Amino acid sequence: MSIIREEYPVEAMDFVTAGEASAQIKRMLKKLGVDPGVIRRLAIACYEAEINLVIHSDGGKLTLELNPDNVTLKSDDVGPGIPDIDLAMSEGYSTASDDVRMMGFGAGMGLANMARNADHFRIDSKVGEGTSIEMIFDIKK
Amino acid sequence: MTVNEVAQILGASIITKEADTAREVKGGYTCDLLSWVMAHGREGMAWTTVQTHMNVIAVASLHDMSCVIIPEGIHMENDVIEKADEEGICVLASELTAFEICGRLAAAGIGAC
Ligand SMILES: Nc1ncnc2c1ncn2[C@@H]1O[C@H](COP(=O)(O)OP(=O)(O)O)[C@@H](O)[C@H]1O
Ligand SMILES: [Mg+2]
Repeated sequence: MSIIREEYPVEAMDFVTAGEASAQIKRMLKKLGVDPGVIRRLAIACYEAEINLVIHSDGGKLTLELNPDNVTLKSDDVGPGIPDIDLAMSEGYSTASDDVRMMGFGAGMGLANMARNADHFRIDSKVGEGTSIEMIFDIKK
Repeated sequence: MTVNEVAQILGASIITKEADTAREVKGGYTCDLLSWVMAHGREGMAWTTVQTHMNVIAVASLHDMSCVIIPEGIHMENDVIEKADEEGICVLASELTAFEICGRLAAAGIGAC
């Protein structure tokens, strides 16, 4: 059973609060005394997941679970899904709109950054339904 | 070097009101792609970018950066500046280009983090 489980709803195309969930998660882990290296990796991955919910999905949520030996972060959304996951995972590939790119998003590095920073990374997606990502960050000393 | 000293070197104005200008600047960086900065950002960095929306502050704050430097007299909206103050991230407004900013900071001994 997890020690702490928190859910953070994330709205599509809300650029004002985008990043808030990641900031809250980071603050909480810091207070709980989680290793700064783990927090850094998790913050990077969490931010990328959150931004993807904002720019690619129709809305979703992040779920954080603090377990005795890991922190698990899930991203679940309702949305278009990803037709070719291997392609989407490759660095530089992005379907972001020009407007979104003008803001500095859409570098096509998000999924790769998540996979690189998490100790375990799993992604499931159904076209026309949505996308689920699970990332585990080990905190064993 | 502190954020204050960086502002002096650049002749930049500090447009945040409360964020700590005595904070140590541990290195410099420039890039406008947020994912890129998210992947390479470091604690204490002074980050130069032409982006001025809310998410710049989110990225800077997630990395505990020392300051964000906006080049070429680009305007940042008040609500973004307020957010920066809330998060304790100084924002510097400079008339110089990003190229000139990096040049001056490097000449003053600031390296990559
Ligand atoms: N939650 C999601 N829902 C639908 N498509 C997604 C989602 N996350 C990622 N994608 C798809 O995968 C691509 C690559 O994602 P990512 O690596 O984060 O790059 P970027 O967000 O910069 O486009 C996106 O452009 C998009 O086509
Ligand atoms: Mg992305």
